[in-house]
Amino acid sequence: MAKLFTPAVVLIAALFAIAPVLIVGAPYESTMGLVQKIFYFHFPSWMAMFAAVFVSGVASVVFLATGRKGADALAVASAELVVVFGLIGLLTGPLWGIKAWGVWWSWDPRGTSALVLWLVFQSYLLLRRFGGPGSERLAAAVALFGMCNVPFVYWSVNLWRTLHPKTTVVSSLPVSMGLPLWLSTFAFLGLLLLLLSLRTRLETSRTRLDALYLALED
Amino acid sequence: MRKAIAFALLTLCLCLPIAAAAQSPSQPPKPAQDGFVPIDQLAPKEELPAAPLVMAAYVIAWLIPFVYVWSIWRRLDKVEAEIADVTRRIAAGPRR
Amino acid sequence: MGFVEASWLVTRKDLLIEFRSREIVYTTLFFAVSCLLVFAFGFVREGRAVEDAAAGILWVAIAFSGTLALGRAFERERQNETLRGLLMAPIARPALYVGKLTGIVLLLVAVELVMVPMAGVMFQARMLAHPVLLSALVLTGTIGFTAVGTLFAAMLVRTRSRDVLLPVLLYPVTVPVIIAGVRGTAALLAEEPNVAMARLWLSMLVTFDVFFITLALWTFEAVMTE
Repeated sequence: MAKLFTPAVVLIAALFAIAPVLIVGAPYESTMGLVQKIFYFHFPSWMAMFAAVFVSGVASVVFLATGRKGADALAVASAELVVVFGLIGLLTGPLWGIKAWGVWWSWDPRGTSALVLWLVFQSYLLLRRFGGPGSERLAAAVALFGMCNVPFVYWSVNLWRTLHPKTTVVSSLPVSMGLPLWLSTFAFLGLLLLLLSLRTRLETSRTRLDALYLALED
Repeated sequence: MRKAIAFALLTLCLCLPIAAAAQSPSQPPKPAQDGFVPIDQLAPKEELPAAPLVMAAYVIAWLIPFVYVWSIWRRLDKVEAEIADVTRRIAAGPRR
Repeated sequence: MGFVEASWLVTRKDLLIEFRSREIVYTTLFFAVSCLLVFAFGFVREGRAVEDAAAGILWVAIAFSGTLALGRAFERERQNETLRGLLMAPIARPALYVGKLTGIVLLLVAVELVMVPMAGVMFQARMLAHPVLLSALVLTGTIGFTAVGTLFAAMLVRTRSRDVLLPVLLYPVTVPVIIAGVRGTAALLAEEPNVAMARLWLSMLVTFDVFFITLALWTFEAVMTE
């Protein structure tokens, strides 16, 4: 697994290098013009965030059911990445929105649902940081609830509000726009996997350190 | 070693988009479709300049992962230094 | 001992203790009323409430007082180390969860019996237009909020910074409940009540309640093993 790391970095770096070339080459969108190009980073970072949500939720279930430390390491790593990628999405969204719709924040269903989900995983991190010993299991419950809440949050916010492009946009994109989009998405998902492996390594190192300290006591 | 390679590659791929952005885009117009539609003619004067917004968005999208990678690196270094230290102390043997 | 019997015993214990001191009920009620008053200063202009203010303020007050009640209920268990005793008792853990949930819901319902008419009076909202539907909305919303809250509060009993962590964890997860409660209530209290919309929100609340109580039953077991 560790041997794959360097080739993975090369591949992801290549994707990130190619993507801007394709993005610059993609045609302008008719109503939004240049600012729509933010989409090529905005959409993939949300995809990465949702992927991280499900990784964290599933890893938390495994941790609660089996108590395996590796699952907990993965859960906390992906929770941090939910916050990181979510932050990219939350910051690039208003930059697009102010130009495209005239407001920084429009309470549209997808953006608001994403914000709520981001807050859930931010609270997960706060619990782990300030909750003291034993907060790993509790945080796992929070991650599980957060993951299972995704349809409810979206359902309630959607019913409450209707601005975001309809879901059919992505599937009907012309190839010249679709290619840079999906390339960027793969690049971001690849970045997610890389960062996950790095962060998990940090977590397992910390566990090893704790075990070593205990051995030192003896 | 691995870290150095990773960092070098990530920095390299930061240079390429700058080079790419320097080129001007030119595409023939495409037929209209649902949702996102390629532009037919260049848009006239706009109220808000889009370029600074797009650049700000790209800076954010690059900066945040870099900062995060850097923070993981820093924490990993600290933990590995501590591991080395504790391992050394264990190897030194009990002195109670 | 059967599941229902065990849950009822836990609920009965909580209600008895509360009945003797009435501490949580009184303090929560007073807090809820103060909450309504504070919001009134923000949302009542020239003697008339801003549109839809009643529904929003009511549910914010329910959320805040609910958080307080949950914190107090479990603080009581922590102070006397009774939670450990309960966990060691030969009853199914989920029964313990259901018992505590029922007790806190009943407590909050008692508070809401005062809060809802008061909000109606303060914000000139026609609470009696559709009493059954309104009660159903408030009840299912309270159950949903408390279902998640009981699990989180029980989890946090031994945790550092538990006072601030409970709302920090609870509010994002219960956003669907708040949205459904507010919009459903607002639909009922509007100039022309939209009963169909309120029913739709009610169905969302029921689904949320069923799903999350089930989830909490499983998670409670996993999380409370010490």
